[in-house]
Amino acid sequence: MTLEEVVKLLEAEIVWGEQYLDQEFEFAGASDLMSDVLAFGKAGVLLLTGLANIQSVCTARIIEAKAVVYVRGRKPDKEGIELARMNKLPILSTGFLMYKACGLLYSHGIRGLEDR
Amino acid sequence: MAFDQGLSHRFEIKGGDFAKAGRVSLEVKEILHDLGIDPVIARRVAIVSYEAEMNVVMYATRGEMVLQLDPEAIRIVLEDEGPGIRDTEMAMREGYSTATEQMREMGFGAGMGLPNIKKNADRFELTSEVGKGTCCRIVIHLSPGGRA
Repeated sequence: MTLEEVVKLLEAEIVWGEQYLDQEFEFAGASDLMSDVLAFGKAGVLLLTGLANIQSVCTARIIEAKAVVYVRGRKPDKEGIELARMNKLPILSTGFLMYKACGLLYSHGIRGLEDR
Repeated sequence: MAFDQGLSHRFEIKGGDFAKAGRVSLEVKEILHDLGIDPVIARRVAIVSYEAEMNVVMYATRGEMVLQLDPEAIRIVLEDEGPGIRDTEMAMREGYSTATEQMREMGFGAGMGLPNIKKNADRFELTSEVGKGTCCRIVIHLSPGGRA
């Protein structure tokens, strides 16, 4: 699934990274706990989180997530968006809650980290 | 390789500075990328560096990280000044944490940091003196065969 398809499916706003809409995704992971993301995240993951602080952007970059989807309409502040831009990390924001966002992605073929 | 003779970088980390937390590790990642280090190894180094850096930000007053590269391995030595760890064996157990509410709100403090460093490192030594500080010595071999 491309980032553009993720945007449509999750009715998401592209906070940053419009130039990466053709990026492909096969798997995703979701957590508000960055400790878990660091321990279980995999390179190339589409990360879903409700934690919109600067650490979420930093953590995504460290684990080499391909993009981040913030749920519940959240989005990082100016510093977080700037850090994402510097690190070429696309950021989306969806109004859906975590369960629905994950469910929609899974039912459209995006697998979990353990299925990789 | 550009670092045949070895390279060394030194970074300062400020305790309590959550806004800047992680910047050192992003710089480490950039350095390794520029040197053409295998991305899988670079990712492991970035993770251990970030976990160790976050520990300084969350618990210590200040810290100094030294990143050393030679043709065999990447070494990280992180020494901090702070309260230290009373029971290092216990601290290495997954789920053990003395994190505050503020740390948890930042998405950390689940007692995963030190075990995750151990998981990603080929060698990891943790020493601590209560009331003085903590020292982490981490080695990640550059060749997959060198992995313990």
